[in-house]
Amino acid sequence: MNICVLVKQVPGSDAHFAITADGAWIQEAELPFEMNESDNYALEEALQIREQNGDGEVVVVSLGPDRCQKTIREALAKGADRALHIKEEPPYHSDPYAIASAIANAIKAENFDLVLSGLQSDDLGFGQTGVILGELLGMTTATLVVGTEIQDGKIRVKRELEAGWFQWQTMELPASLAIQSGLNTPRYPSLKGIMTAKKKEIKTVSLAEVFADDNLQEFNGLSVQHVEKQTEMIEGSVDQVVNRLVDVFKNEIRIN
Amino acid sequence: MNILVVLEDKSGSIHRMSQEAIAGAQQIGGECNLSIGILALGNNAPALAEQAAKYEATEVLSMENEHLNQYTADGYAAAVAQVIANENPQYVFFGHTYQIRDYVPRISVKLQRPFLNDVVSCSTNEGKPVFSKQAFNAKLLAGLHPQGSGPVLVSFQSATFSSDNIQNGTANVRSVTVEMDTGTIKTVPEEPFQEAAGGVDLSSADLIVAIGRGIGKEENIPMAQELAKVMGAEIASSRPVVDSDWLAPHHQIGSSGQTVAPKLYLALGISGAIQHVVGMKGSKNIVVVNKDPDAPIFELADYGVVGDMLEIVPKLTAALQE
Repeated sequence: MNICVLVKQVPGSDAHFAITADGAWIQEAELPFEMNESDNYALEEALQIREQNGDGEVVVVSLGPDRCQKTIREALAKGADRALHIKEEPPYHSDPYAIASAIANAIKAENFDLVLSGLQSDDLGFGQTGVILGELLGMTTATLVVGTEIQDGKIRVKRELEAGWFQWQTMELPASLAIQSGLNTPRYPSLKGIMTAKKKEIKTVSLAEVFADDNLQEFNGLSVQHVEKQTEMIEGSVDQVVNRLVDVFKNEIRIN
Repeated sequence: MNILVVLEDKSGSIHRMSQEAIAGAQQIGGECNLSIGILALGNNAPALAEQAAKYEATEVLSMENEHLNQYTADGYAAAVAQVIANENPQYVFFGHTYQIRDYVPRISVKLQRPFLNDVVSCSTNEGKPVFSKQAFNAKLLAGLHPQGSGPVLVSFQSATFSSDNIQNGTANVRSVTVEMDTGTIKTVPEEPFQEAAGGVDLSSADLIVAIGRGIGKEENIPMAQELAKVMGAEIASSRPVVDSDWLAPHHQIGSSGQTVAPKLYLALGISGAIQHVVGMKGSKNIVVVNKDPDAPIFELADYGVVGDMLEIVPKLTAALQE
């Protein structure tokens, strides 16, 4: 079982964003970057599948600028076998189709049995890359995956539906699965892992070599979200607050 | 038609977010002079088509096929892509549900047309709709601009439009067929199930009492449950409460939980981390109780109380009981 894990480096969740003068992107200089949250779960799931099966490789694939090497090393330190860095220079591409198409070109020859990705990235948040990549490579696809079981030539996956419902489905391989956060407990790199990661291979290709310039949509005109809400602050003693809340519920929001 | 709205089946009824997409199509269609078609598919297609025929639209398409009786991404992507190719609308609208996320990106590949997803606002410029989505942890807004010509796929985040604004009318129902062979479907789904007993559909709840870290300890959970019971509300929470195993995961609201838009969202002891806010900001009335006057959730509040939920909740329950 050879597994590809798509890992993206994104700004940390507590980051404060400033927009570049042309509105095309954010100012990156001061930002902290980290591995996208759901990608971390996808990586852990890949490592566990490899360990349970006792054979095969976990290959990390990351598209982005030089700074991504830090995230790639982290994934290698956790136990991935090798990595492919598709190196992009700014201005960055954002169309999920064009990006998935470039990744497809870069990994096609590897004939992976399984592609795992995080459900969506915390930066652009399209949540399409894994599914598009699967369709481009003729794989079965599933999203919101919260459990996996390898079977003979197939994979059985548990999907999260809405409103607390779940569903298992059995899929032919190769398959591309978009992983939901929380399905496992991602490991931390061990000291040994960190040492051996330094010797593991990171192959680099430039995005230009695999990019087909086949954008279907453009993402631009970034602006800060303004919430313009008038808030009535309810003040006073606990009893006064409670009385006003009851009044609001019954006479203004009309809860029944 | 110029806009095709694709419905999602929810146990024989039209999914709330599909209804919102219809309301959006009617609004945008009115502003941009675009006609509307509505597509029902799957084994409940006749029932959904009958409901949709009571809305203001040019026509309703109903598609049944033995390969569509159970949802699979393979089957739905193949079938809906064929309908879009045949009907050639300018726009195809969806609610941004879990099912839509699962299969619509594949249609984007099949048709080589963009999928503008999780759209939160739509304005009109020179008679054309302009779509925006949130980015960077929902802190920023960005425009999405389709390239080339042909149908544009668009899914709307919950509460972008209100289903209260749907215009009623009468539409003719037309049956449509697709060519599908068994080889198309490489996925065998099993029966859906609920993990915990008493799972509730928070997305259709009118009133929600949501608790966060401010609840303090597990022993305080019944206090919030009692308030919810008196109000006739569902109980929900932010992630820390579920991570502590104080409530089952299906109560979680936010980016790794459910998205809701109730009439009243009472947020108790919830700070308002962005991962939570994306799941509830569409609520029609937001009432916040939090000890911390700087909690970001106050930015969303229609009514705010700076105070300790543990003091306020029991008295509020008692007052509402009277």
